[in-house]
Parts: sequence; C-alpha cells; structure tokens
Amino acid sequence: MKSNFSTFISGLLFGLGLVMAQMTDPLKVLGFLDVAGNWDPTLALVMVGALLTLGIFQWFMRKRLKQIQDTDRDLLVSPKAKIDVKLIAGSAVFGIGWGLSGFCPGPALVSLTSGFAGSYVFVGAMFTGFFVFNRLHRDR
Amino acid sequence: MTYLTVLSALGGGALIGLASAWLLFFHNRTAGISGIAAGILPPWHQDIGWRLWFLAGLVFSAPLWKLLGGSVQIRIDTPLIVLAIAGLLVGYGTRLGGGCTSGHGICGNARLSLRSLVATLLFMTTAGITVFIVRHGF
Repeated sequence: MKSNFSTFISGLLFGLGLVMAQMTDPLKVLGFLDVAGNWDPTLALVMVGALLTLGIFQWFMRKRLKQIQDTDRDLLVSPKAKIDVKLIAGSAVFGIGWGLSGFCPGPALVSLTSGFAGSYVFVGAMFTGFFVFNRLHRDR
Repeated sequence: MTYLTVLSALGGGALIGLASAWLLFFHNRTAGISGIAAGILPPWHQDIGWRLWFLAGLVFSAPLWKLLGGSVQIRIDTPLIVLAIAGLLVGYGTRLGGGCTSGHGICGNARLSLRSLVATLLFMTTAGITVFIVRHGF
C-alpha cells in the first residue's frame, strides 16, 4: 500500500511536470516538430530540464544505479541492450504517429481528464496498438 | 518565447526528471510511460498494481494543477480519424521500439544508452518529416 502510494506520487509529479511545461498541448508539441515553420523550442528545454535533473540524481546515486543496471529487469532502454531492427522500425513508426497528432503517450494520458473527444480517440487507439503488439509478439 | 515559458519548460522538465529518479531509485523501475501503460493489458507477466497507481497519478495531475490555480492548455486541431491512426502507430511503434519520449528520450538518454539515443534521433526525425509533409506539403 505504501509502495502503491509512492508510485502514485511519481506519476503525479511526472504529470504535473508535463502540464507545467505545456507539453499536454499538441499544437505546442507540433510547433517544436515543425522546424520549417515558426519553431518553438519549448520541448527541447523540457528535455534539458529533465535530463539534467535525472542526471544529477543518477550521479549522486551512481553506486545504486550500477546495482540496478546489473540486475535490470527492463533492458529496453539499457546501455547494455543491442540496437536492432525492432528498435529502428518501432521508433520510426512511433515518430510518424507523434508527428500526425502531436501526442506521445504521457501527454495523451494526462489530457484525458480535460474531456476532449480527440484525447479519448487517441488513447483508445494507442491501447489498441499496445494490444495488437502484445498479441503479435507474445514471446517477448 | 517568453521568460516565463523558459522557466516553466525547465521547471516542468525538472519535475519529470524528479519523478523518473523517484521511480528508479525507490522502485527500480524505468519511467517509460508507453511501457507502464502497455503493461496493464494482457498477457500479465508481472504485477500491474504499481502501474495502475502510477497511471492514476499521471491522469490526476491535470485536475490537481487546475485545483492549484493553474491552467491546462490543450489544443487539438487534428481530425479524429487521423488521431485514431496516429494512436495506433504510437501504441504499436512504442512497443516495437521499446520506448517513447519518456523511456528512451529521458530515462535511456540519461543512462547514456546508445540504443535510446538512436531511438530518440529516429522518432524526432520521422515526426519532423511527418509534420513537414502535413503542414508544408512536398
């Protein structure tokens, strides 16, 4: 129960960060992706803020980080994992969806409580995409 | 870009970084939203409790922000059918690629994972090309 509350807080902080930085606004995100238009660098600054903060925590906790990495259950973003066709194809496909909508998974979920039909349609389709993947790649 | 936008972007980013560090060091988990969300669907290999709680926190953040007096700006001008296609591509693509903007873009890159750097450069590029085609034509 205590652990569940702690992960709830983590999700809450993550969402507050997205909202504060206006990353829940698809038009703002598209403004970053549209380098040929009136370019909006906000998303890059959000990444800088997040990477610096996480990087500082990781540096102070570097011994603990190494322990975690050595017994990593989640190899998908690990420095030890290999670059393969799945990574290339999946990332390329994700980018096309992101560019069409201005939504990536986090902001889309945070936008759910604002009551826009577009949010429901996107999130519903996204979970359908997850489901299709789980069915096609059962072994993974 | 105003001074306030710069501050809110860096501050929002810092909160995201803090949340990711929290999940990493208290729970040994990567704050990859696509992975956490997809994990609540079958087949259930591992416990889904913490995922549901994390997602609940994520979804509750917007109402809390409004309660604190903030405004949540969401402007969607994409047709619903395009959003449906985009959602499918994002759902399938992030699972095949093993991460999204949070998992690869923030957590993986912060761990200096080459795999995540490649993923990030790739999805930024295909997203940029897609927006260029949609907004400016060929």
